[in-house]
Amino acid sequence: MDLYDKDVVSIRDFSKDQIEGILDLSQKMVPYALGDKTRRILDGKILGNLFFEPSTRTKLSFESAAYRLGCDVIDVSEMSMTSISKGETLADTIKMVDAYCDLIVLRHPYEGAARLAAKFSINPVINAGDGAGSHPTQTLLDLFTMREAKGTLDGLNIVLVGDLKYGRTVHSLADALTMFGAKITLVAPESLQMPDDIVSHLEEKGCHPRKTAVLEDVIDQADVLYVTRIQRERFPDPSEYNKVAGTYRIDNAILREAKNDMIVMHPLPRVGEIAPEVDGTQHARYFKQAFNGVPVRMALLSAILGGEMRCRRIRQ
Amino acid sequence: MQTNQTVKEIKLAPIRNGTVIDHIACGQALNVMKILGVSENNIDSCISIGIHVPSTKESKWKDLIKIEDRELDSATVDKIALIAPDATISIIRDYYVAEKYTVHLDDHVSGLARCSNPNCITNKGEPVAPEFTVVSRHPIQLRCCYCDRILTNVSDNLL
Ligand SMILES: Nc1ncnc2c1ncn2[C@@H]1O[C@H](COP(=O)(O)OP(=O)(O)OP(=O)(O)O)[C@@H](O)[C@H]1O
Ligand SMILES: [Mg+2]
Ligand SMILES: [Zn+2]
Repeated sequence: MDLYDKDVVSIRDFSKDQIEGILDLSQKMVPYALGDKTRRILDGKILGNLFFEPSTRTKLSFESAAYRLGCDVIDVSEMSMTSISKGETLADTIKMVDAYCDLIVLRHPYEGAARLAAKFSINPVINAGDGAGSHPTQTLLDLFTMREAKGTLDGLNIVLVGDLKYGRTVHSLADALTMFGAKITLVAPESLQMPDDIVSHLEEKGCHPRKTAVLEDVIDQADVLYVTRIQRERFPDPSEYNKVAGTYRIDNAILREAKNDMIVMHPLPRVGEIAPEVDGTQHARYFKQAFNGVPVRMALLSAILGGEMRCRRIRQ
Repeated sequence: MQTNQTVKEIKLAPIRNGTVIDHIACGQALNVMKILGVSENNIDSCISIGIHVPSTKESKWKDLIKIEDRELDSATVDKIALIAPDATISIIRDYYVAEKYTVHLDDHVSGLARCSNPNCITNKGEPVAPEFTVVSRHPIQLRCCYCDRILTNVSDNLL
């Protein structure tokens, strides 16, 4: 249960209980994340943001989460660029940054970078995305957003739409949703469907996702519509891209088929997957989802650096 | 049946001293040869290879290799286990089987193969050995402990 001094590398490292514990703690963090209350439990601690790839959202929300808890932040991203150009190994960079802070948040272009960093760092490491690998804090905030909107994850009908092949967030999200008994529908053109090894992994865990290319066929049963970006680079032929991107554009017309309380999520940034007219509807949750990055990351920081989840069982 | 068996075994000449690698998964003999790393420059004894030889075991067919005057070190045997998990190693001394054991594959494999994901951090010059968890033995499936990918094509990625 306790996450004190633990690394956060992959969502697979967490038990269902641990995830629930983090989501509960995240809920408690909301008023502090909004600035309505203050709680400087990490006063005197230093977080090192080590980003080898640009990422506005993730980096900012870690900074915001840290400051809300009174934790200082050093941005060592500049240094990471110089270490790469000097040919320094990640292992060496990590050992050095480790000496300057109490926790490292790492974004890196290569898969497995966070696991390696955790091995060389004495202080805990949080994976903020490693190449096409995993991005566990995104998964946690996605789960939090769904649970917050629906009260539970059990039995929810989740429709994942877009690039299910390369999108790193949907793979670990599907994995985690399975743990919570959600029903999953995969909507994508054949060329961007979820890879077989991931689907069979879901099946082993008792989830039998439904696959289709036609969103209209399934949208009326959805509780959550999780939209991902379809990247232009994946298509050698631009006209093919335009066709696919156009097919899954979410607008008010297609939402007429949806349940009233169906929510639309998107990890952002969006590039035309969701029409701006959707923003004002009761369905839109993607900006709330982006905000939720703060309480969820606050929960992780306070559990890892402050031992917040330690006495949970005793207190209950 | 017994005579039949004897006839089959005679297909490869007996050796006085050396090693027999038997019950190699069918089709893997040449990959085992790669692991043994023998070439005309570094060996001056005889090697016989049996490919697609009838087997008395449930697999029906197997490959086998007999090498004269050589015994295998443990790293070599561990690599063989990665592509032929049921192989037996018999050390022959003076025509008799002096020692015999089945290769053993641990649940955790370190430093024997590289990850097949080119974007994996273990392929980027970092000071770590690639590590894998064995997720299945028949067929062999290894999962990279760093990037979480299943290693495709073990025999092409042996170190
Ligand atoms: N002098 C030898 N020269 C070459 N090969 C030999 C010699 N003695 C034994 N072998 C081979 O070594 C292997 C192990 O010998 P063993 O007598 O244990 O075989 P086996 O009874 O067929 O056992 P298994 O169940 O492993 O097939 C066999 O493949 C056998 O053919
Ligand atoms: Mg035999
Ligand atoms: Zn790997």
